[in-house]
Amino acid sequence: MADKRFLDAIHDALHEEMSRDPSVVVLGEDVGKKGGVFGVTEGLYQAFGEARVIDTPLAESCIVGVAVGMSVNGLRPVAEIQFADFIHPAFDQILSEAARLRYRSKNDFGCPIVIRTPYGGGVHGALYHSQSIEAFYAHVPGLKVVVPYTPADAKGLLKAAVRDPDPVLFLEHKKMYRSVRGEVPDSEFTVPIGPAAIRRPGRDLSIFAYGLMVHESLQAAEALGKEGIEAEVVDVRTLRPLDTKTILASVERTNRALIVYEDNRFGGFGGEIAATIAEEGFRNLDAPPTRLAGPDVPAVPFSHPFEEWFMISAPKIAAAARALVAY
Amino acid sequence: MSAKSAKETTARPSPGKGEAAARGPGDPGPAGMLEMFYYLCLARAVDERMWALQRSGKAAFVISGQGHEGAQVGAGYALDRELDWLVPFYRSVAAVLMKGMPPAELFLIQLGRDPDPSSGGRQMPGHYGHSRHKILSTSSPVATQVVHAAGIAYAAKVRGTGEVCLTALGEGATSEGDFHEALNFAGVHRLPVVFVVENNGYAISVPVSKQMAVPTVSSRAAGYGMPGVTVDGSHVLQVYEAARAAVARARRGEGPTLLEVTVPRLTAHSSDDQQEKYRPSEELAHLRERDPVRVFAAELRERGVLTPAKEQEIRARITREVDEGTEIAEAAPLPDPATATRYVYAEPPDAGR
Repeated sequence: MADKRFLDAIHDALHEEMSRDPSVVVLGEDVGKKGGVFGVTEGLYQAFGEARVIDTPLAESCIVGVAVGMSVNGLRPVAEIQFADFIHPAFDQILSEAARLRYRSKNDFGCPIVIRTPYGGGVHGALYHSQSIEAFYAHVPGLKVVVPYTPADAKGLLKAAVRDPDPVLFLEHKKMYRSVRGEVPDSEFTVPIGPAAIRRPGRDLSIFAYGLMVHESLQAAEALGKEGIEAEVVDVRTLRPLDTKTILASVERTNRALIVYEDNRFGGFGGEIAATIAEEGFRNLDAPPTRLAGPDVPAVPFSHPFEEWFMISAPKIAAAARALVAY
Repeated sequence: MSAKSAKETTARPSPGKGEAAARGPGDPGPAGMLEMFYYLCLARAVDERMWALQRSGKAAFVISGQGHEGAQVGAGYALDRELDWLVPFYRSVAAVLMKGMPPAELFLIQLGRDPDPSSGGRQMPGHYGHSRHKILSTSSPVATQVVHAAGIAYAAKVRGTGEVCLTALGEGATSEGDFHEALNFAGVHRLPVVFVVENNGYAISVPVSKQMAVPTVSSRAAGYGMPGVTVDGSHVLQVYEAARAAVARARRGEGPTLLEVTVPRLTAHSSDDQQEKYRPSEELAHLRERDPVRVFAAELRERGVLTPAKEQEIRARITREVDEGTEIAEAAPLPDPATATRYVYAEPPDAGR
């Protein structure tokens, strides 16, 4: 085991997959000599050369569309979109092309691509460097959406994504790159796309979260524990396909569900978890499935008090948990 | 194109194959011209049958390639049809026939039948694709496929496969951002790709004068560091000559070409369009003068390549193939709704059994 930063775990996954499989290529803005604006692809250009580590023009639809074309002609592209906020010009390529290629061709073509992109707030990134975009993409059949929390998961899930026969959107919370560390196995491993993970067992309520919100939820659970409230924290990890079995089993044990997400509350992904629990776990519930999510303003405003107001933090989660337990 | 590939990719016997070595570069010879004429007429006959199926209530929708056949046959003949990729669009009837899809498969697509090789009845007619023939599956948003062609060409280049990728689109699609992004990327990396814009003057109803401020699509090539050429799609051999140069350039590793082929749109945009509403009657009255089938037939007769006997033989063969293809498609089963949830994601090998 080695203690790794979140960022290093992602870097190592890319390096290992490129070493293992010569068809794996990395493309995006500044991914080459610079090693990416966050440093995730540091050293790959020097190790694997400019044909496999491609500094693309500043054009997101091009990055994803080129990856789609590469994938049908023998390559395994890992595209980087510099910030999730800038992925939207590629929406058509993701929705209409990558995610539908297999279905629309009745399995004649597949689209094995990975799209990595940093998302999320808490770094003074304001409206256009802070967004959570998962709801738009988790809605799309044919696409897999992964949001790791631990460095070991980031590495194992990314390696699984590179080897996956279908397109995977891999969301990396940018605040976690250098602030979250964890043990990563030294040996070769992957983490399967799909299953959720219980990070902390509890009996009084279940907190469902992904990405940075798992970190905040665990901190909240620590504080709640001191008050005698035992919260179970479920790291959803994969939004699509969603592990409804683990989610429902957790609610069966705790009878209360708090769903935490950083994105705007209205129409956010947590609504899907809440609806699943309401429809399929209704008889186990002692309280309404409850969402705690970002306010419904257009993304995170810049100034520090604004950002603090927007972001979901451990104290906010703890407060929501107390209210739910008291329901 | 080598004689070998013609032999291996043409499912049906084509006239006079194997003579390529005896000709000079760029000269298709009489046999090659007759093969082009065959595909030109086959595409037209298949297209007309699609309309007949729609008019008789058997097909829901038609999107037509009539008038575009000269562009597609001329360009298609320049490819190594076995080795090279085609990234088509919804008017690419002649192109996919040349790439090896027989008429029956186009009718299976037209009728949305289960054995439709492009989508198994999942897509509207005109959305061609076939991995075995290296025809990429296509969608309805225009110009998205142009970026895929650049990606395919990039993979061909780094893997050293020697493949060239030809993609086709209409002039309306050149207004999309993806057109710009694809040509820009292909230009930067000098990719083995040929962008064929089949300019029929209309994007549904919007004339080219409202689509762009320059007189030709090809003039835009300068912005991407590649040659741009405009040729008249009524003249198949001119298209072939231009496409041959573009494919050869791509194969030599010298980069992409933007090839604009002006074509007449002989039908309405689709079976749901009434073109009399926006096309001048004078224009419609003279449309057939630019028909590539008519123009090429006259040219071949003049050259003495197309004798009345030969023409009769080709047309009889096409009638037979189109009739047989229609019968196969009409007899084929419709898809079972129970299979509609399959292939959203890859399935394990034993799934669905």
